[in-house]
Amino acid sequence: MRWMWIDRIVELVPRERMVAIKNISLAEEHLHDHFSPDAERGLPALPVMPFSLIIEGMAQTAGVLVGHANAFREKVILAKVSKAQIDFDPVPGQTLRYTATIDRLDETGAATLGTIEVIDHASGSVSEIGTIDLMFSHIDRNRSGLPFPKHNFVFGEAFKTLIRTSGFEIPGE
Amino acid sequence: MTRDEIFEKVQEVLVDALGVDDDEVTPDAKLTSDLGAESIDFLDISFKLEQEFGFKIAQGELFPDGAAQNPEFVQDGKITDKGLAEMKAKMPHADFSDFEKDPQLAKVGQVFTVDVLVNFVERKLNQTANA
Repeated sequence: MRWMWIDRIVELVPRERMVAIKNISLAEEHLHDHFSPDAERGLPALPVMPFSLIIEGMAQTAGVLVGHANAFREKVILAKVSKAQIDFDPVPGQTLRYTATIDRLDETGAATLGTIEVIDHASGSVSEIGTIDLMFSHIDRNRSGLPFPKHNFVFGEAFKTLIRTSGFEIPGE
Repeated sequence: MTRDEIFEKVQEVLVDALGVDDDEVTPDAKLTSDLGAESIDFLDISFKLEQEFGFKIAQGELFPDGAAQNPEFVQDGKITDKGLAEMKAKMPHADFSDFEKDPQLAKVGQVFTVDVLVNFVERKLNQTANA
């Protein structure tokens, strides 16, 4: 299992905006526990996308946008979830669309703003369901002088494949 | 802008950045030990103050920057006399008199109270006004 919570990048304006989608699938293992039937309370199974993984999807979208801004030379790490709020629980068969924009970018890191939409294929509707604002650090520039391994362990093969299969070039390659 | 007005805006910034209630943000409240601020929050606070008051804050102007990396300023986890002099010169808005008695790097965060932020904004706004 790969820790990829976005499936395709659909739009990329370097240093400005990225839009990515994630299809929620019944093949995802955790959905069978989230939530499984509760015989005692007479509740059937209710598979819903966990909000924590929606935040991760936004972190991956915004993180790739921030990393791309410096040709993936920096190790971009999520440092703070400034705001995370949704008002709907997405379910299997729906598609999540993440739009991340850069609010602030400098050598220490970045601040991003993000919105989440749900695309419902049964009805064709697209609705905005929430906001996730994040802060990232370039950990090689950390103030305490702590050293990190030279190779960029943040942007590994899985992310490179995602960028390539989405039809975008990897700067520096 | 009066000092009270500045205080109210600084209070809003801290409530937003740290997720605390406004009644926790008193003038004496220490950002780290009382309000739970961590290093990433210092960056966030700096950005939000810039947005709120319309000025630019250089690295090391509001909070100490990179002190830990310079052996002239930090030895064995303690800030040297040279380091202290440097910090006092760069950060006149903060009061290091208590900190000087036992200048442990790990405790430098304790110097930064809400009042220190208000001092900083006041000075900065005066500078920009008189420029």
